[in-house]
Amino acid sequence: MLRDITIGQYYPSDSILHQLDPRVKLMGTLVYVLSLFFFRGVSGFLAVTLGLAVLIRLSGVPVGYMVKGLKAIAVILILTGMFNLLLTPGEPLISFGAVKITEEGIKSAAFMVVRLTYLVLGSSVLTLTTTPNRLTDGLEKALRPLNRIGVPVHEISMIMSIALRFIPILVEETDKIMKAQLARGADFESGNLIKRAKSMVPLLVPLFVSAFRRANDLALAMEARCYNGGMGRTKMKPLKYERRDGAAYLLLALYFAGIIALRIWLKF
Amino acid sequence: MNFIEARKLVHEYIRRDEEGNVEGILAALDGVDLEVKAGEFVAILGHNGSGKSTLAKHLNVLLKASEGTLWVDGKDTLDNRYQWDIRKNAGMVFQNPDNQIIAGVVEEDVAFGPENIGVPTEEIWSRVEKSLKSVGMLKYREHSPNKLSGGQKQRVAIAGVMAMEPKCIVLDEPTAMLDPKGRREVLEAAGALNREKGITVILITHYMEEAVQADKVYVMDHGKIVMQGTPREIFSQVDRLKSYRLDVPQITLLAHELRREGLQIPEGILTKQELAEALCQLY
Repeated sequence: MLRDITIGQYYPSDSILHQLDPRVKLMGTLVYVLSLFFFRGVSGFLAVTLGLAVLIRLSGVPVGYMVKGLKAIAVILILTGMFNLLLTPGEPLISFGAVKITEEGIKSAAFMVVRLTYLVLGSSVLTLTTTPNRLTDGLEKALRPLNRIGVPVHEISMIMSIALRFIPILVEETDKIMKAQLARGADFESGNLIKRAKSMVPLLVPLFVSAFRRANDLALAMEARCYNGGMGRTKMKPLKYERRDGAAYLLLALYFAGIIALRIWLKF
Repeated sequence: MNFIEARKLVHEYIRRDEEGNVEGILAALDGVDLEVKAGEFVAILGHNGSGKSTLAKHLNVLLKASEGTLWVDGKDTLDNRYQWDIRKNAGMVFQNPDNQIIAGVVEEDVAFGPENIGVPTEEIWSRVEKSLKSVGMLKYREHSPNKLSGGQKQRVAIAGVMAMEPKCIVLDEPTAMLDPKGRREVLEAAGALNREKGITVILITHYMEEAVQADKVYVMDHGKIVMQGTPREIFSQVDRLKSYRLDVPQITLLAHELRREGLQIPEGILTKQELAEALCQLY
């Protein structure tokens, strides 16, 4: 189950999205996320859906592979949906005693679930089409101005790229520890919330211990390979804007303008 | 001068209690003398806790000696100015393949070292290609390391070191976590680098079979070097090796046992071939 998480995994391919400059894609993701919280009504929804469909199509990543990533957030989706459905005030459509379902509730639940789903799908396009190294290169370069006010941009981007690289490894490890504890009779599934949280202790302690050990090993390995911070480093793949990046920026601007226009002029 | 030269090297781990008082001192290295010539294949054997990994970390200046001196490529490891020079020239491969791969794509990981030492972009590309080819991993250059086998990951790690164009490569138990196939792959890659490129290889291991192909073998126990010589010289002393809690290769052991039973076979047989020939001579 834990292995199915596709967020943060890279999917090797040669698509146009893979070739775009990571700075464009970072900007694109930002614009996309903004548009998700900006759109209103069915027309906006259709526009965003179209945008996402085009994005997925261009990325060359199989849709099934991307949807698998949603499993990881299924619980959050269901919870958000339920809360919105049951707790939104308004004219009740159906009611069972204290539980009321309102029209507004259905609407906001539907939009919330769609927003979250699209958020995860859209942002996973970023990580699926960009290697963690390029992603952090992009971040590093985009945030470089912050260096002047003392933000350790290189270090932050290095930390991020390592975190991304270790997500699948730690997930696999969690799986392994879980099975090992299950084999010793641990019970992660039953009991109330507190009992369940307590039952996570035998899972988390070994996981943390091993994560620290890995961190130590990795630091040694990095030092052994002459890592000495960002000073004087060269790049195998330095970032350079190409014509397609300019075109992508233009398309992004158009997309965002379109979403805003829809919000202002089309009210349904 | 030898490529690596250690004189009376001592490294102490100091254990402190909660108030910072010294509780005990453990000498992981206790007066180690070591000489390795450029281009040699040296194996360092030892049981767990014998100090062999500590020694390996000194060769790359990840640790510094408490006493004694160590020169690598004519440079004193205690001199801070040479730290990066030495690290560049004596690359290191560690035990756990997952914990030493930094990037999420094979070729980017191989490029990590050259990037750190400021190699220009075009040259990084040619170095990455060359070093991936030298360990036979070129066709995996765009793969994620998570999808590779243990032996393949270790070969990527070796390529990552090779891309820095070191004169020497230190392998610290590179096969301890691998299956037999992975072990063979890694050893073959290391052997090929030694033979074909003249790279000095220092292999730290506790698998005796892996030491057979070395030019010279050192045996460590309790922080001291207790035996040194060619594999043949070392493995002919089966009983002494056992006293250091080490096993000899199976073939050598078989020959040793046969000899003890009264057969006229020479000591220090290392391969099946040799044993077969020695047995044929008897009749």
